[in-house]
Amino acid sequence: MNALAPSRLTRWIVGILVGAFFAIPLISTFLYTLRDDKKGGYSLVHWAALFDPASASMIKPIWTGLGNSLVLSVVTVVIVLVLLAPTMILVHLRFPKLRQYFEFLALLPISIPAIVLVVGLSPIYLQIARMMGTGTWTLAFAYGITVLPFAYRAIQASIDAADLRTLAEAARTLGANWFSVVVKVLAPNIRQGLLAASLISVAVVLGEFTIASLLNRQVFQTAMVVVRNQDPYLPAIFTLLALLLVFVLLLIIGRAARGTRKARS
Amino acid sequence: MTTPLPATQDNALLADAGEGTAVQLQAIVKSYGGSTVLHGIDLDIAPGEFVSLLGPSGCGKTTLLRVLAGLEGSDAGVVLLGGHDVSRVPTNKRDIGMVFQSYSLFPHLRVTENTAFGLRRRGVGRADAAKRALDALALVGLEEHAGKFPHQLSGGQQQRVALARALVTEPKVLLLDEPLSALDAKVRVQLRDEIRRIQLRLGITTVFVTHDQEEALAVSDRIAVMNEGRIEQIGTPEELYGTPATASVAAFVGLSSIVAGTADGAEVEVWGRRLPLQTPSSGPVDVYLRPENVAFAEGADADARGTVEQSTFLGSIRRTVVRTDAGEHVTVQHSPRIRPEFGDAVGIRLLPEPVAARPHD
Repeated sequence: MNALAPSRLTRWIVGILVGAFFAIPLISTFLYTLRDDKKGGYSLVHWAALFDPASASMIKPIWTGLGNSLVLSVVTVVIVLVLLAPTMILVHLRFPKLRQYFEFLALLPISIPAIVLVVGLSPIYLQIARMMGTGTWTLAFAYGITVLPFAYRAIQASIDAADLRTLAEAARTLGANWFSVVVKVLAPNIRQGLLAASLISVAVVLGEFTIASLLNRQVFQTAMVVVRNQDPYLPAIFTLLALLLVFVLLLIIGRAARGTRKARS
Repeated sequence: MTTPLPATQDNALLADAGEGTAVQLQAIVKSYGGSTVLHGIDLDIAPGEFVSLLGPSGCGKTTLLRVLAGLEGSDAGVVLLGGHDVSRVPTNKRDIGMVFQSYSLFPHLRVTENTAFGLRRRGVGRADAAKRALDALALVGLEEHAGKFPHQLSGGQQQRVALARALVTEPKVLLLDEPLSALDAKVRVQLRDEIRRIQLRLGITTVFVTHDQEEALAVSDRIAVMNEGRIEQIGTPEELYGTPATASVAAFVGLSSIVAGTADGAEVEVWGRRLPLQTPSSGPVDVYLRPENVAFAEGADADARGTVEQSTFLGSIRRTVVRTDAGEHVTVQHSPRIRPEFGDAVGIRLLPEPVAARPHD
């Protein structure tokens, strides 16, 4: 064993502390959703309410919000794949000197609180509303900015790992136009980064509250706040389900990443 | 291991072998941020000719090849392929094939898909493209690896596939950008000879960039020796080796020992012996001596005396480095039957062959 590595006991203690830090709130939330107010003790009565026609009208805002959030996820992912990824490839291949400035811009949103972002975005959204209506999907323009740092890092890691310049030049000499170069050659070789960027974007969009709330749009998180005023248990259940979904998404990223590494080694 | 080429009637590429296309570069100038890397290069390549661009790193040889490929624009000058000006034609429309120094196969595509890539981009159907890809792979002896992914191949095999991929579209010109430099010595020689054999058979005009003079001498019809963004000399391997136009060509092509001499026009005096000069000079000069133009000598026949510093057996010959009493290091090429030992006192003499010289700085 590496002499510099911590002892087995230290590793266990660190592991348990970190595990508890993440597990305690989740377990508490789960136990909370099992609480039976009428009979006392624990039961699945609140989970059953999900499928109860009587509570359907109460849950409806959550379904609407979830639907909106999923549409926003798709539009945001499209923005990442169609706008961000090709721009990053362009900067990498043609304007490498611009990379540091581009990286700075892309990482900037992480340091700007959402509330500050909204203040700047509100006048822009007045214009957007005039041109494109007030559809919830228009929030994806703002989300395209908030996911930028995460998507950027994921894609850049893949770009740095592949020799895109040589691949692009080889494809060009073989007669490929730029569209073919990007779609047939470069994208498959940064597939892992594109997938990670897409799934992280979905996770960020599903968890976003501030911008949607301040711009008066109904999304998953805002709907949960609305429903909580009537039934505090349902949002807790949906929170757990949302976390489970994000967990599954991260598992898919990990699996995809492992698959790509295996194919390369 | 060199695999025999397939029979002509079985192979679409061999059956289509043609005369090749003329390539002309005229007054190519290229600079990066104020420093000029190509100073008005002119180069005429005949159809079907194999021309090497040889020179030290940073001499502009790769840049010149990239200008020819259209991967770099030039600040001035014209590129002609088959008499047509392609200076403004983008790379993908120039109809070239190129093999790169680094492995450039597409990692996500199988060997056949990689090889068929150029054909598919030209609108050839999937089945036809796959068949022609297999023909190209047969040319480089790799048809049994058609279903593999690049990472399952050795470096030499990957470069062979890259060669098949570049040739399958039957391009006007084949450009090779140091394709052997990442390979180990034995594979280098094999693949080098294979490239030349296929090139001769297909009759395709080829430009080969290398910094390895042995490689260039072995395979080229003509070699252009480049230095600091200029072509110093272009000629057959024999011309470059036998009559280098400049001292830097003499120093770069083949092995030379540098000794001091005094020139007076057409001759130079070295160690009291007069030798003809390849190009006239005068005053104190550095003289470039080929190892085969220096021999061991006894007694009064010796032009200089010295001690043996090192002797290397190279199969059919032996090369011995002698440190003369004046402190100059001279390499002597001789029969392996003579086996000088370190520290032996020996005499050496100069054969009356023309030598290259450059004014002493």
